[in-house]
Amino acid sequence: MKPLAALFLREWRLSTRVGGGALMGALFFLIVVTVIPFGVGPDLKLLARIGPAILWIGALLATLLSLDRLFQADRDDGALDLLMMGETPLELVVVVKCLAHWAATGLPLVIAAPFLAVFMNLDPPAIGATVATLLVGTPALTFLGAIGAALTVSLRRGGLLSAILILPLTTPVLIFGVSATTAAVTEPTPFLAPFLILVALVLFSLVVGAIAAAQALRLSAN
Amino acid sequence: MRLAIESLSVERGGRLVIAGLTVAAKAGTALVVTGPNGAGKSTLIRTIAGLLPLAAGSIRLEGGDPELTVAEQCHYFGHQDGLKTALTVKENLAFWRDFYGRPALSVIEALEVVGLEHLSELPAAYLSAGQRRRLSFARLLISHRPIWLLDEPTSALDAGSEVRLIDCVNDHLVSGGLVIAATHAPLTFRARESLALGHVVAEASP
Repeated sequence: MKPLAALFLREWRLSTRVGGGALMGALFFLIVVTVIPFGVGPDLKLLARIGPAILWIGALLATLLSLDRLFQADRDDGALDLLMMGETPLELVVVVKCLAHWAATGLPLVIAAPFLAVFMNLDPPAIGATVATLLVGTPALTFLGAIGAALTVSLRRGGLLSAILILPLTTPVLIFGVSATTAAVTEPTPFLAPFLILVALVLFSLVVGAIAAAQALRLSAN
Repeated sequence: MRLAIESLSVERGGRLVIAGLTVAAKAGTALVVTGPNGAGKSTLIRTIAGLLPLAAGSIRLEGGDPELTVAEQCHYFGHQDGLKTALTVKENLAFWRDFYGRPALSVIEALEVVGLEHLSELPAAYLSAGQRRRLSFARLLISHRPIWLLDEPTSALDAGSEVRLIDCVNDHLVSGGLVIAATHAPLTFRARESLALGHVVAEASP
C-alpha cells in the first residue's frame, strides 16, 4: 500500500501546486454551465427540465479536457519509464493516478454543482439527485478518459483527439446519470434502478480503464 | 549474480538495431557499452530495463530474486531525469523511495552523497542541469536494486561530481552489484569489461 499512497500524495501535490491545473476543470465547468442559460433564454421551466443534462454534459467535457496531461507529463520527463519499472503493477498505478486526478479536479466539480444547479432553476430534490449522480458517476469519466490519455500519450496536442475517442464510450454513463436524476424528480419512475446501473458502470470502467490504459502505456514506451 | 543476454535482437521502427547479441555481465563488474551514435547503446539499456520489447532472444538474471522480473531489479539512469519541477528536492526523492520500496540510504543521506543536502527544501525547478542529474542519480542510492543501468551517466556533470558518481558506482560494485553503462567518456570503474556495439572498428591509420 505504501507505494500507492506515495503515488497518490505525489499526484495530489502536483495537481494542486503551480501549473497543476486542479481547479481548471471546475472553472471550465462553471463557464460552460453559466453560458447555457444565455443561449437557451429565460424560460425557467425549460431550464429546469434540461438542467441535469447540462450539468452532466458540462462535467463530462470538463473531465475529459482536463485529462490530457494525466500521463503525458510523466512521459515527457521520463518518470513514466521509472513508474513502469516499479514492482507495483501498472494497472494499479493507473487507478491511483485516476483517483488522485478525480480528487483534485472531479471533486471540486461535484462541490460546485449545487451552486450551478441554482442557475438552472433546479429545485432541491433535483439538486440533491444531480450531486449524488455526479459524485458517483464522474470517476467513471476519469477512468474512461484515462484510456484516451494513455492512447494519445505520445502525441503533441492529443487532448482533443483523446476527447473524440472517449466521448462515445461515455454515453452510457451520461444516459444513466441523467436518467437517474430525472427519475428522482419524476414521480412514478424509480431512482434506484438507473442509479445502481450507474454504479455498475463506474466499477466496470474502473477495471476496463485500468487494463486498457496500462496496455496502451506499455505499447507507447516503444 | 550474472545477467545473461542471449542472442538478443531488438527492432526499432522496422530496423534491426541489435541483432543476435550475446553477452553476460557478472556481479562486481561494470559492463561498459561503447559505440558510435545510433549503434544501439541506449536501445540495449532500455531493453534490459523492460521498456522495449525483445524481437528475439532472452535476458535472464541468474541468482536474482525469482519473484521479480529483471526490470524490477534494475535502476535506470537514462537521459531524462524523471524529476517533477513543482516538488521540492526532498519530495522528489522521497516519492521514489516509497514507490520502489526496499529502502537503502535515507533521503538526507542520499542527498549528502550527491552534495545536494543544502537544497533539500528547494523546488526542483531551480536546480541547474548538473544538479538535476545528481538528484536523479540519488534515486539509485535510496532503494536497493542490484542492477544499475546507466546511460551516459556523466553528461552535464562537472569533474568533482563525476568523481563522486564513479565512487558510488564502485561502492555498488564492491557490494556485489552489477552495472551496465553506455558511455563515450572513459570512466574509471574498478572492474570493467567492454562491449563495443556497431561498426566501431576504427580505420587503422598506417
